[in-house]
Amino acid sequence: MRNRDLSFWLFLSPVLICLIAVVIIPLLNGLFYSFTDWNGLSLNKFVGLDNYTKLLSDNEFMTSFWFTIKFSAAAIIVINIIGLGLALIVTQHIKSSSFLRTIFFMPNLIGGLILGFIWQFIFTKAFAAVGDAVGIEGLKGWLSTSETGFWGLVILTSWQMAGYVMLIYIAYLQSVPQELIEAAQIDGASKFQRFRTITVPLIAPAFTVSLFLTLSHSFKMYDQNLSLTNGGPYNSTEMVAMNIIKSAFTDNAMAYAQSKAVIFFVVVAAVSLVQVFYNKKREVEL
Amino acid sequence: MSNRRILYLVEIMGILLALVWLFPFYLMGVNAFKEKRDIFADTIGLPKTWTWDNFVQAFEQLGFLNAFGNSLLITGVSTVLIIIFSAMAAYALSRNKSKFSSWIFFVFVASMLIPFQSVMIPLVAQFGKLDMLNRGGLIFMYIGFGASLSIFLYHGALKGIPESLDDAAKIDGCNKFQTFWYIIFPLLKPMSVTVGVLNVIWIWNDYLLPSLVIGGNGTETIPLKLFFFFGQYTKQWHLALAGLTISILPVIIAYFFAQKQIIKGISDGAVK
Repeated sequence: MRNRDLSFWLFLSPVLICLIAVVIIPLLNGLFYSFTDWNGLSLNKFVGLDNYTKLLSDNEFMTSFWFTIKFSAAAIIVINIIGLGLALIVTQHIKSSSFLRTIFFMPNLIGGLILGFIWQFIFTKAFAAVGDAVGIEGLKGWLSTSETGFWGLVILTSWQMAGYVMLIYIAYLQSVPQELIEAAQIDGASKFQRFRTITVPLIAPAFTVSLFLTLSHSFKMYDQNLSLTNGGPYNSTEMVAMNIIKSAFTDNAMAYAQSKAVIFFVVVAAVSLVQVFYNKKREVEL
Repeated sequence: MSNRRILYLVEIMGILLALVWLFPFYLMGVNAFKEKRDIFADTIGLPKTWTWDNFVQAFEQLGFLNAFGNSLLITGVSTVLIIIFSAMAAYALSRNKSKFSSWIFFVFVASMLIPFQSVMIPLVAQFGKLDMLNRGGLIFMYIGFGASLSIFLYHGALKGIPESLDDAAKIDGCNKFQTFWYIIFPLLKPMSVTVGVLNVIWIWNDYLLPSLVIGGNGTETIPLKLFFFFGQYTKQWHLALAGLTISILPVIIAYFFAQKQIIKGISDGAVK
């Protein structure tokens, strides 16, 4: 097929039209609107960088950004440690291996909204009940402070995503050549040495894929945030996505919300690019 | 310790962890069967009396059959269209070796970096003007957002299908569409399973996009209905949990019938 062939365009046009209408045009429009006083229906004038300078002194937005960064950092670490741990367990020669995979992956099939509601019940009711029964004060009043809201979100996300990254680690663990492990064993390397010097370097691509996935997932998270804490108490667990949505659809500050959305896009794209680039480089060096 | 004993310990640890993983579902399920006051008297244990009333009431209040139908329609149509259109586009892009073609492919891949929240405000305004804030518009949007990853996955799979097959089909008198539909598309079936699984899970569970596009006129999907339902019964956990259980049940049933394909599909998709 060549560029001038009609068939090339017929094959391409359905998705190309959708992508342009749904992603490209709104992205460019949004960039344009963020420099105006657009209210969703009409715009009167250009305001230059006003929306962006307003952002810098918007405490709520800055707090939500900082909260999102802290949350993502904690979630990425916990998810990947648990995910790798689960993968190491189920790749041993144990009978229940495939059954365990099925169970660990299960939360991923269910929407973040529903999972958030389930955990809201667990944190507020079940935790309190256990706390009462065994007399641990720390289990009471979960989600009513920003600290417990933060860890609540981390626990929920880890429970959900660990099974997903487990599948990625399994795929790479199974591609490690068994001869290498056996050769090292004959040379007298301990189980831990074998893991650290052979398995870890060989599954380096799995770290790239998993870190990228968990980072983009936790950074953009909205549903779980909405159903578990709804940003409370006092907006202290509000993430960027929720902050943008509230500005736009609750406060109706469309142009201002869009300037936040543009910043959000720049940050997400930049972090993703840096990470992919860095990890690719590291893989080659190994 | 002998090797067998270590494996035995690993297995026990795995099973204990699996029980921890299932515990949230257990808590949801058993408390959905309890009467209101029993939930507060004993949250962890089994119900003293098992009651179906919560489920009956939740089922009616949710308008579950209607919501289930909407979810099924939107997820089904969007996924089928994403599969066919993305496979077609990936085929065209992989068989066209020009600079222009690889540039288009790059645009699709790069668009995966754009978070939904960055485009949603202009998107909703634009579709509102066109009077397309309905189920048809929603499906159109799902194709736009779902195409990139699907094209990327198909493009990878197409590298493994030799172009001599295309030539052979051409000699036998197939036109481009026949070649794609009768020769190439069937060979892409394993990747179509992956693309299908990924898109079904995403669209079935999506809340934010439908909440902006449809609502209030009987076209709501399950997550939308559940959100309103939950808001109404926020202090009545026995009903809320019954509603959650009903919503999850179809997914769990589907999972146990198709778990091999789902797990394999996700693994293949995530690693590429």
